[in-house]
Formats: sequence, C-alpha cells, structure tokens
Amino acid sequence: MKSIRQTLTIKENRQVTDKTWYMRLAGDVSAITAPGQFVNLQIPGKYLRRPISVHQAIAGAKEISILYDVAGEGTEILTKLGEGRKLDVLVGLGNGFSIPEEIEHPLLLGGGIGCAPLLQLGIDLLMAGKKPVAIFGFNTKKDIIPIYKRMSEIGIPSYIATVDGSAGTKGFVTDAIAEKNIQYDYFYGCGPTPMLKALCELPTPGQLSLECRMGCGFGVCMCCSLETAGGVKRICKDGPVFDKEDLIWK
Amino acid sequence: MEMMKEKKPEVNLGVKLGEISLQNPVIPASGCFGFGYEMNQYYPIDILGSISIKGTTLHPRFGNPLPRVAECNSGLINSVGLQNPGVDAVIDNELPRLREVFHQPIIANISGFSIDEYVECCRKMDVQQQVEIIELNVSCPNVHGGGISFGTDCSTLSSLVKEVRKVCSRPLYVKLSPNVTNIVSLAEAALNAGADGICLINTLLGMRIDIKTRRPIIANIMGGFSGPAILPIALRMVYQVRQAFPEIPIIGCGGVTSAADLIEMMLAGANAVEIGAANLINPYACKDIIDELPLLLENLGVENISDLKLN
Repeated sequence: MKSIRQTLTIKENRQVTDKTWYMRLAGDVSAITAPGQFVNLQIPGKYLRRPISVHQAIAGAKEISILYDVAGEGTEILTKLGEGRKLDVLVGLGNGFSIPEEIEHPLLLGGGIGCAPLLQLGIDLLMAGKKPVAIFGFNTKKDIIPIYKRMSEIGIPSYIATVDGSAGTKGFVTDAIAEKNIQYDYFYGCGPTPMLKALCELPTPGQLSLECRMGCGFGVCMCCSLETAGGVKRICKDGPVFDKEDLIWK
Repeated sequence: MEMMKEKKPEVNLGVKLGEISLQNPVIPASGCFGFGYEMNQYYPIDILGSISIKGTTLHPRFGNPLPRVAECNSGLINSVGLQNPGVDAVIDNELPRLREVFHQPIIANISGFSIDEYVECCRKMDVQQQVEIIELNVSCPNVHGGGISFGTDCSTLSSLVKEVRKVCSRPLYVKLSPNVTNIVSLAEAALNAGADGICLINTLLGMRIDIKTRRPIIANIMGGFSGPAILPIALRMVYQVRQAFPEIPIIGCGGVTSAADLIEMMLAGANAVEIGAANLINPYACKDIIDELPLLLENLGVENISDLKLN
C-alpha cells in the first residue's frame, strides 16, 4: 500500500502576479493519476492542510507544480518558504478531469486561480489527439497569470477576458466565446462559483472543478458535502470535478 | 513495506473496556474516520482496536450548509451537522462494507434530536453483528426541550439514558459534552441512569470570525472545537471522572495526536482512547500511534499498556 503522505521538497517558489505564486515541488508524486486532482499541503504553524490543485504533473516525473493565490495567513506563510524546504503533502487526492473518447474540440475555461489545473489537462488533451482551445478570465490586466502563454507555446490557442476590459475581451470567459466565435463540442471549467454556474448554461456537456474549505481532503470528515443530481457527494473525494449534469444550483 | 524492519519490543497493547477486549486502545473517533472502510485504502484498518463509526441518526441528514470547517491555533472548528444516510442505510450499506475489512468490535455512535429518535436508532443498531458498544452522542439539541443539548443537563441526560437503556442490550457508553460546569455530575447522571461506561470529551463549542467579511467563518456560526489544543481539557476531565468513579470503563478522547498523548490520556484514567482530529491532518495518525506505542512503552518500562496508572 503506497502512502499518499509524502515529503516533497520546494524547488522553486516565486511570485507571478500581485497575488499569485508559482511553486515546484519534487518527490514521490506517483499517486497523481489525472489532471484536476489536488494536493493537501501542511503549512508550518497551521493546523488544517491547504488543498491546492496540481498545475502540472507529467506522468513518470518526480515533480509537480502548483499555482496559489495569497488568500489568508496560510498561503501568506507559504510564500515565505524557500527552495530546499521540505513540506508534508498528501498527494493524488480527488477525482480529476476525464477525457471522453467522442469529444474533438474541448474548450478550457479558467477563471482567476481556477486556471491552474487546466495546464495539465490541456497537455493530456493534446496527447489524446484532441484539439483544445482555452479562455482565461481575470478581473483586470495585472491579475493575468501567464498560463495562457504556456498554453499557446504547446499549441493550444488561448484567449483572455478581463472584467474591466484592460486586456483581451471585455467581460467574462463566456463573452470571449461569442466574440472569438469559438466552436467546441465539450467544455472544462474551473473558477469562482458564479462563473461555474454560468458555464452550466453552455449548450454542450462539460466538467467543472469545484473549490471549498475542506477538513481532511480524503473523504472522511464530511466538511465539503454537496447535494448533486446523483445524491450527496464529497467535493474532496467524489470531486472536485463533476459533470455539468450533476450540479444543482440553488 | 520495509524489508529490514526492526524487531518490535514485546509489549502487550491489549486493553479491556468492561468485558470487551481490544487488541490495542486506539479507536478512531466518530466523525473523523467516515464509516471506516474508506480508510482501508491507506492502511489495513484491522490493526485498530475498534472504530467508532460516523454518528448515525434515525433519518438521513444532509447536515449544515458550507463552510463547515474553520482553522484554529492547534485545532479546528467543525459544524458538519450530523450528515449521515440514516440508520437503515448505515445498516444495509455501510456496516457490511466495514465488516469486510474490519474484524474487531465496532462502536456505533448514535445521535438524535428527541429521546424517541435515540431509542429507535439504538433499537436498530443494538442487534447488528459486530456492533459491540453503543455510544450515545449527547451533544445534540433536544428539539422537545427548547433546543438545550441533552448532554448539558443532568435530568435531561438521565431521562435519555434511562429510555435508551431499555432497548440496549450492548454496553452503553455516553459520550459527554465538555460544555458543562461540572463534568462529574453529568457522568454520575449517565451512570445512575444505566450507562456502562463513559466516553469523554466531545468537542468544545467555539467560533471564528473572518475580519475582512466580519462574518462567522462557519455557516452555522458556531461549531465544535477539537485538535491538540483541547488535550489538556480532555485530560483534566478524564482525570476528574476517573477519580470519582475508579472502576468504570472510560474511553478518553480529545486532542490525542501521538503515542505519548495516548499514554498521557491513559494515565489520566482512560482504558481506551479515541483519536479524532488527528486523522484529518494525517490519514495514518492511528497507524502511526500503534506503530510508535511499543517502543515508547518499552522505554517507559511498561510491559502491559493496561497497567498504566498515575503515580
């Protein structure tokens, strides 16, 4: 039985926007099997772990990257940890994104820090022979996470939307779909709740990744329960990725 | 598995809760270990002394709105609100899955919002194979008693325990709430009403506020505070109840995170120990404690863990 609790070493920890940081962690991350899964980091001085989605985890590699926003004391402490520092991490948590065989033109939609898990998903979609397109939405130009450059480099056409119009399409990611006249037969979404709710109005099937405060991250405390079309689910264990049809918006 | 495992010291970890023998005193606490079988993917849960399964009510409950959890110094606050699929579904779906991978005595943790609900729930659980202890969670509000928690008033607690006792053929343990002035008087009320043993403590009522939104972090405003921060309180209360009742079986609970904490809890007077919040931070917490106990006990000159006593 392989332990999901691993000691990972920080290889890089740098700021990429005013509020967003990029971190690389090395160690045994073989428990990660799908894009959209998350890790649960023990942060020195904090009791609960902090669940953060995996940005990139190439199969067979002994390294992952994560993106995180400084949202409170825990993530503030995380920014202070330098290269070489060891972290106690639960790896490979949750069910990530899956790639239905029949899709050809998946659309990736990320809002704010929610764009983090879409890099690995984009890579996996390319490897599966799909033709993904991506749109990333931010409040304003200075919040833009450079993931869209990385996506473009690997061959995924990528667009930007900003709420205030300071870069790319003015408005939300859904406005960019219309403006760029993007054709798609499936979508993947990750971002703030109002965005996910709006994405469920899109005409195609899709998968959405949810976020919430978690207790354990592996399904035993019931702190992140969600009523879905298929009954009560745990965001951490049964999700964080759910099919559009499963989500009930009140 | 490590190939060069050191030989484990010869220490007897077996304990007794009344007539029931456990292979060791380590018991995951209700609410922190699901229905147990889910954890078998992380380590073989059959190494545990027992498992107190997720609190069960008569009817299915979704529980409280999110957020249900908040960070604290050395602990957390939770307000899950007794989410569970109801006693019938637990008996039909959850217990069979647990029995497949776990062959030790099971503790069924029962909750209710009226005496009738506790009684019906207990009646159903009492006849389940492998359920060897019924543990009453008395921290729920009594909807017929102005919402006062069953476990904070001696006469309410006494009425509840008396009624449940009538349908309970198994050893009946009352899990006491620490949110009281005098824990010994509540223990006494439970024992006089027919309880066989006492489990203590449940969580302490607490609260956190987000200073940016100026709103409570927990959607239900208040919740149960647990984690290493409450260990001293739990030790004190276990000690007080043990001093008052030298012979009764006691399950100690509250903030135990390590083998050393567990030994401390047994020195305070516990016969066995429930591990709660620690499981959420480290899914291997109970296994780690069981692994660490023999060497630590040997270093302390203890051959039988059940011999642990305060000097």
